[in-house]
Amino acid sequence: MSDDIKADKVFDLKGLPCPMPVVKVSKGIKEVEVGQVIEAQSTDPGSLTDFPAWARTSGNEILKTEQDGDVIKFFIKRNA
Amino acid sequence: MDMQNIENQLSELKSQLAALSKKVPEDKLSMIVFSGDLDKIIASFIIATGAVAMGMKAVMFFTFWGTPVLRDPKKSVGGKDTFGKMFGTMLPKGMGQVKLSKMNMGGMGTAMMKSLMKKKNVASLEQMLEMAEELGVQIFICEMSMDLMGFKREEMIDYKNLIYCGVAKFLEEAANSKVQLFI
Repeated sequence: MSDDIKADKVFDLKGLPCPMPVVKVSKGIKEVEVGQVIEAQSTDPGSLTDFPAWARTSGNEILKTEQDGDVIKFFIKRNA
Repeated sequence: MDMQNIENQLSELKSQLAALSKKVPEDKLSMIVFSGDLDKIIASFIIATGAVAMGMKAVMFFTFWGTPVLRDPKKSVGGKDTFGKMFGTMLPKGMGQVKLSKMNMGGMGTAMMKSLMKKKNVASLEQMLEMAEELGVQIFICEMSMDLMGFKREEMIDYKNLIYCGVAKFLEEAANSKVQLFI
C-alpha cells in the first residue's frame, strides 16, 4: 500500500474504551459509500486486535495501521 | 446420462440444499443474563453491543437475578402480596442499584468502581442499555421469574420490542445462534 491513502471521513475515537471503538466504527463505515475509506483514530490498545477481527467478520478491509504515540490510526475500506 | 436424469438430480440437490440451509445457525448471539451483579451485567452488555458491531444479531434473556435489573426506578405499582413486596424491596430496582459480585464492601467498592468507570470513560449501565436499544439488541424477560418475584409488566423499563417469554423461546433462539452464553 502506498503511503498516501486518503480518508473520505475521519472518526475520532480517542479516549473511548471497549466496546465503543468497534461499535462506533461499525456505524461510521455505513456513512461512506462502498469502496470509500475511513480513518479511525483510537487510543484503546485492544483495538489493535479488535479492529482486524471486526474487519474480517464484517467483510471490510484494513488498508493500513499507523501508530503515532498513543494514537492508533486505522485506514479502513468499506467493502460490505 | 440423459437430460431428464440430470434435471431430477438437480431438483433433488436443490431440496437437500434448502433443508440444509434451514439447519445452519444464524450469525446471532443468544445470551442468558442470570446474574444481577454489576460486573456481570456490564460484561453482558459489552458483549451484546459488540456482537451487533460485528454484524451479528444479539438477543439477551433476562432471568432470575437478572430480572429486577430491568425494573424502571421511576415506576411503581401497587397490589403486591407479602412476598412480592419483599422481593420488590430487597432486590435492585433498576440499573442504578446493582452491586459488584466481589469487593462490594457495603457499597464502597461499587461506588469506587462506578467513579473509576466514569474516569476511564467506560459507559455506565444506563448508557449501555440506551446504546443496546439503539443498536437493536433484542431483550427478552423470563415470565416465570417475573411471576415468582412478583414483578409486574407495568414496572419494567421502556425498551423497544421488549418481549416476555419462557424457556422455549430462548431455546428456539439459541438453537438458531452460532454463539450462546450464560452469564
